[in-house]
Amino acid sequence: MATTTTTVPSAGPVAGSRSFLSRLREGDEIARIITFLFAASVVLITLLLVFELWQGSVLPRHKFGFNFFRTSVWDPIFDQFGALPFIYGTLVTALISLLIAVPLGIGAAIFLAELAPPRISDTLEFFIDLLAAVPSVIYGLLGVFVVIPLMREYIQPALKNTLGFLPFFQGPMYGMGFLTAGIVLAIMVTPYIISVSREVLLSVPRDQREAALSLGSTHWESTWKVVVPFARAGIMGSIFLALARALGETMAVTMVIGNAPVISASLFSPGYSIAAIVANELTEATSNLHYQSLIELGLVLFLLTFILNGLARLLIVATTQRGGGMGNA
Amino acid sequence: MNSRLRWRKFVSRFMLTMTGVCALVSVSVLFFILGHLVYHGGTSISWAFFTKLPAPVGETGGGMANAIIGSAKMLLLATLIGVPVGFFGAIYLAEFSGGATAFVVRYAADLLNGVPSIVIGIFAYSIAVLPFKRFTTLAGGFALGLMMIPITLRSTEDFLRAVPTALREAAMALGASKWKSIVTVIVPAAYRGILTAVLLAFARVAGETAPLLFTALGNRFWSPGWNQPTDSLPVAIYRYAISPFEDWHRQAWAAGLVLLGLILVINIVARAILSRGIAVPRA
Amino acid sequence: MHASVRPILSVKIPPTVTSAAARETAAALSMRMTISKLNFFYGSKQVLFDISMGIATNKVTSLIGPSGCGKSTLLRTLNRMHEAVRSARLEGEILLDGQDIFTQDVTAHRRRVGMVFQRPNPFPKSIFENVAYGLRINGSNVPIPDAVEKSLRHAALWDEVKDHLHKSAYELSGGQQQRLCIARALAVEPEVLLLDEPCSALDPISTAKIEELLVQLKDLCTIVTVTHNMQQAARISDFTAFLLTGQLIEFSPTPQLFTTPGDPRTEAYITGRFG
Repeated sequence: MATTTTTVPSAGPVAGSRSFLSRLREGDEIARIITFLFAASVVLITLLLVFELWQGSVLPRHKFGFNFFRTSVWDPIFDQFGALPFIYGTLVTALISLLIAVPLGIGAAIFLAELAPPRISDTLEFFIDLLAAVPSVIYGLLGVFVVIPLMREYIQPALKNTLGFLPFFQGPMYGMGFLTAGIVLAIMVTPYIISVSREVLLSVPRDQREAALSLGSTHWESTWKVVVPFARAGIMGSIFLALARALGETMAVTMVIGNAPVISASLFSPGYSIAAIVANELTEATSNLHYQSLIELGLVLFLLTFILNGLARLLIVATTQRGGGMGNA
Repeated sequence: MNSRLRWRKFVSRFMLTMTGVCALVSVSVLFFILGHLVYHGGTSISWAFFTKLPAPVGETGGGMANAIIGSAKMLLLATLIGVPVGFFGAIYLAEFSGGATAFVVRYAADLLNGVPSIVIGIFAYSIAVLPFKRFTTLAGGFALGLMMIPITLRSTEDFLRAVPTALREAAMALGASKWKSIVTVIVPAAYRGILTAVLLAFARVAGETAPLLFTALGNRFWSPGWNQPTDSLPVAIYRYAISPFEDWHRQAWAAGLVLLGLILVINIVARAILSRGIAVPRA
Repeated sequence: MHASVRPILSVKIPPTVTSAAARETAAALSMRMTISKLNFFYGSKQVLFDISMGIATNKVTSLIGPSGCGKSTLLRTLNRMHEAVRSARLEGEILLDGQDIFTQDVTAHRRRVGMVFQRPNPFPKSIFENVAYGLRINGSNVPIPDAVEKSLRHAALWDEVKDHLHKSAYELSGGQQQRLCIARALAVEPEVLLLDEPCSALDPISTAKIEELLVQLKDLCTIVTVTHNMQQAARISDFTAFLLTGQLIEFSPTPQLFTTPGDPRTEAYITGRFG
């Protein structure tokens, strides 16, 4: 009698009928396909967004070219659109906000990372994270009813009296304007600088600090001359993040900047920002050129924040991952 | 101790104190904001606020019932859009995808996350409003949903990845197919983090105003169904705050208190869920 | 801060074996630092028990012992680095040139007692600026470039880096980085140099170079090292202290400790019966 050879059963699911196996594989295949579709939709949406911004701004790009960014006449009636006042306003308010937020934020981050005991540091960080969650319109609300009167009655007059010889602090004081918007923005972006810088400072290897102390540094010297420089790439990253946020901020700015397309050296002057004019005029654009010019402004914002966010990510990852031996990032 | 050392120590004490001042100032802003909202808006919170429609322009009284409902509707829609895309997309990234595809998807998600909300609004306007020539609740929900996607996606992916390989292997060794092990083992293991991610994304879009200006626009009356413009808390706050009417200012404060209160509560709850659970990486 | 001498736990600790020869030598030599009845705690946990020993001037003293015996902890008390840890508490006395180090300003003290760490940890600066750091913050009577050159020569690194002084310190090899850290520490002209397992992260060739360097440096300053490597201690040090679970078991001139150890535990350790 011939011996029947038996096949060795394979490891894994029982090698029974083919239909069982293929059903199993099918189940996984279906899952893979479904989840892939969802993931792909994210890519598609992003591509579509970029496409819409690009296509939707074709008219002004062809008509004005780079003059769009150099002229300051924004006249829907005569179909003349120059974006300079809005770019000016966006940059000025962002710059003011950084001038305030960077020292404030880095100072607070140093306190949280170097001085505060862990429990206090975590608690304060918790509050900072909550601050980052406050929506723009709430900042705007406080801007309108608290900051503007404060500026108009106390801060702007004080600045005019002491520094009024500078062109920045001259002119009528309405309470709103570039300076006010810059201050409100500063409050909004400080939490981002604090939380990222704190994390980056905490990741600096302990023996850097210790080496500085063992050479006879004071606590401040070891922090400022060794720890902070070691983390400088990550801190720069946090500043880029903050800047990206400041550039794209809409509601708080439009509620306090005055919404006047003015270019002025005076920080008391009302002004306009890119996000603010888009918010105010998009749904009421009078012509296709008008509409598309606003889209082009949106494209500009998109590109700026895209670059800044990308750089920020690179810098922050570089600092936190390579904890040791990579100070000159 | 020579005088140079004395000076250095003084500078050290002074600068370190200044950093403490910076921290104090930064944190106190939160309480400053809350304090003002409670002070100016606390007294206006009443049953009427939550149930009545706005009064005719210039008259006092009335509430924000329509804005609250409008926000609720759009947030519901946003969640229905944002969560499945984010959740299933994250499962793809964490469980099925190869290096190159994963990189592209993640890059797109991070890009989308960094887009200013007003640009999202422009995008939603051009594809959800212009073609249909109307402002709708649907468009508003769509815009908010877009913003929820990248937050949910990246966070969920992080939490899924943090599930230990040992658990996955155990499930597979017991004969479970991949999707079954995902459904029965991996997702439950990461549920705390995923829930937190959803809550935080929800809180983030609940306060968004700019995209709604171009999609749902605003509405002083009830907005039945999904095809009409609708009011929302953030937009109402904006409109009332910049208006010249004292009574509307009062209501703006109240609405601000309700909105911020909601957002802060969700944030605190989300963090509490996370800290009570298994240690998972912060998204 | 530092409390008066009063042990909290009355633990029976056998007396440290210090040979007659060691006592004679101790009397003959001057002691740069003296440690008396040192007890050290992290919170309520005691990690060093009643340590008393002297650090001889211009000699190399090694602390050896198994992992966790407290040798690094002891080393770090000498330049008061333990004060960075909140729960650290110290009782007993440490003298530098006869003065209680805890009554001095800590920043000034750390200039006099320098430290080199286990893993090379140069600052994110150029080679020059690394060495110059201590000089810049403390002030220097000598022009800084001269002082930097002097330190780098003492650390046997000058010839290798003299044309690259403004390159980043991270471009150096591990052994070179460690010699840079030694130069950095030497720049402020400390009286005592503490080295915590300085060669454990380095290859054998770099280790040999640094061992050679340490023997030469003792003319400049007093050296205290912590090492895992008994052969290294035997090679380079004049005095060796053996610690076990926070206690000082034996402290003698090196040749004596390694050839005729007085305590059976010392013998067990150096013959490799535990480690």
